[in-house]
Amino acid sequence: MMNSQSCVTILKEWDIVAARQMGREIAKNIGFGTVDQARITTAISELARNIYLYAGEGKISFNIVQSLDTKGISIKAEDKGPGIKDLSQVMEDGFSTSGGLGAGLPGVRRLMDDFDIISEVNKGTTIVTVKWLR
Amino acid sequence: MDTREIDTRNYTALLKKYIETQDEQALYGAEQISKSFIKKNILPEEFVNLHIQALLEIYPDLHDKIKPSMHFLLEAMISYGLAHQEFQNLREKQLAIKSEILVAARMQKMLLQSKIPETDELDIGVISVPANQMNGDYHHFVKGKDGTISITIADVIGKGIPAALSMSMIKYAMDSFPENIMTTDTVLASINRVVERNVDPSMFITMFYAQYKPDTGKLYYSSAGHEPGFYYSSRLQKFKDIESKGLVLGVNPDASYVQDELNLEKGDIIILLTDGVTECRRDNQFIDRTEVIDVIKKYIHLPSQEAVNHVYRHFERLQNFQLRDDFTLIMIKKQV
Repeated sequence: MMNSQSCVTILKEWDIVAARQMGREIAKNIGFGTVDQARITTAISELARNIYLYAGEGKISFNIVQSLDTKGISIKAEDKGPGIKDLSQVMEDGFSTSGGLGAGLPGVRRLMDDFDIISEVNKGTTIVTVKWLR
Repeated sequence: MDTREIDTRNYTALLKKYIETQDEQALYGAEQISKSFIKKNILPEEFVNLHIQALLEIYPDLHDKIKPSMHFLLEAMISYGLAHQEFQNLREKQLAIKSEILVAARMQKMLLQSKIPETDELDIGVISVPANQMNGDYHHFVKGKDGTISITIADVIGKGIPAALSMSMIKYAMDSFPENIMTTDTVLASINRVVERNVDPSMFITMFYAQYKPDTGKLYYSSAGHEPGFYYSSRLQKFKDIESKGLVLGVNPDASYVQDELNLEKGDIIILLTDGVTECRRDNQFIDRTEVIDVIKKYIHLPSQEAVNHVYRHFERLQNFQLRDDFTLIMIKKQV
C-alpha cells in the first residue's frame, strides 16, 4: 500500500504547481477520470493560491479516504494567516469572483463533493474538502 | 443505455458526418446538441471531454500531439464551467429576490392604501405611481368625526425600497397622533421629531399637510419643504402656487412650522403633487411648472379622478413610459 499521506508546503507561487502535480498524481492513482482530475487540480490550485496570496505560508496535504463503497481524495489546506471574518460572505457566489480573483471558495465547493472550513481571525484557516470516486 | 452514452453516440455520429461532408446540416445538429446539453446542465469541460472521446473513436490512432492539446483545452474549460454555474446560481437568486420584492410591494400597497373620504363638499382624485416596484411617495386622507378632512402628501428624497420603508414609518407615526385636535404646524413639528430620531440622516422627507374644515370652508396647511401645490381660483380663473415655508423633515429636531390658510370658494381647486410630477423630463430637460399647469388646464373640467388620470398619462407618454421618480398627484375641487 502506498503512503496515504503526502503534503506540500506553500511559500512561493511555484509551490502551487507542486501541489497541483502531487494532487493530480494521487487522483489519477485512485482512478479518477480526466475531467475529475482537472476539477480536483483546479480546486487544489484555488486553495494553494489563497494560502499564497492571503496567508503567505501554509500547507496542502492529501489523504486517500475510504467509505463503505468507494474511495476518494481528501485535501486539507492549513494556514496560520489572518483568518476570515465573515465566512458566509466568502462562501457567497459573486463575492470573490467579482474582483476577478478566480473561482473562490464557492468554486472549490462546486468542484469537490464535501467541503468544510474553520477559520479564526488572526489564527488561521483550515479547509478540508473531499472528492469521491463514482 | 444511459443518456450520456446516447449523447456520446449522437455526437460522435454527427462529428463524423461533418468531418466527411462538411455540410451545414451537421452544424445545425451541433447547435441542437449544444442547446440540449445546456438544458441538461452539461458543463463545458464535460463537453470537451465528449469531443475527445468522439475524436478517439473516429481516429483511434489520433496524432500524439493532438491528444495532449485536447486535454489542455479541457483543463482550461474548468474555470468556464465554474463561472457558468455561478451565473446560473446568481440568476436563480435574482429571480427569488424579484419575487420577494413583488410581495413586499403588494404588502406596501396594502399598508399604505388610503381611501378617498366620501364627502359632498369636495371632489377628490388621486394617482400615485412608483418609478420602480416600491413607492417612496405617500398620501393619506382622513375624515374626522367633525367632518374635517386631513390630507397628507409626502416624498422621500430617493426612491425604491429604503424610501418605501421610511414611508411605512411615517404612516404609523401619523396614525398615532390624536385626531384633529392638532393644528397643521404642530403635526409637522411632531412628525419631524419622529423622522429626525428614526431615519438615517442622509435621508430627507418633504411633506405637505392640510386640513379642510367644512364649517368654515377653510383649508389650513403647512409644508415641510414640499414641492408647492397649486391653488386655482375659479373667480379669478387663475393658478397660484401654494407657498408655505418650512424645513424638510428630519434635519433639525427643533424645526418649527407655520400654518397658513386659504378660503375655498365653489369651483376652487387645490392641486398637490410630488416632484416626480414637476421633474418629468423631456429630452433630459426638466419641464417647467407652468407646463404642468398647462396640462392640468386641459383636463380641469373633468371630475378630479379622471383629470389626474389624464395628466398622469400625458406625462407618462412624455417620458417614454419610463418614470424617473415616483409620481403622485392629488386634485381637490370644492363642489359647493
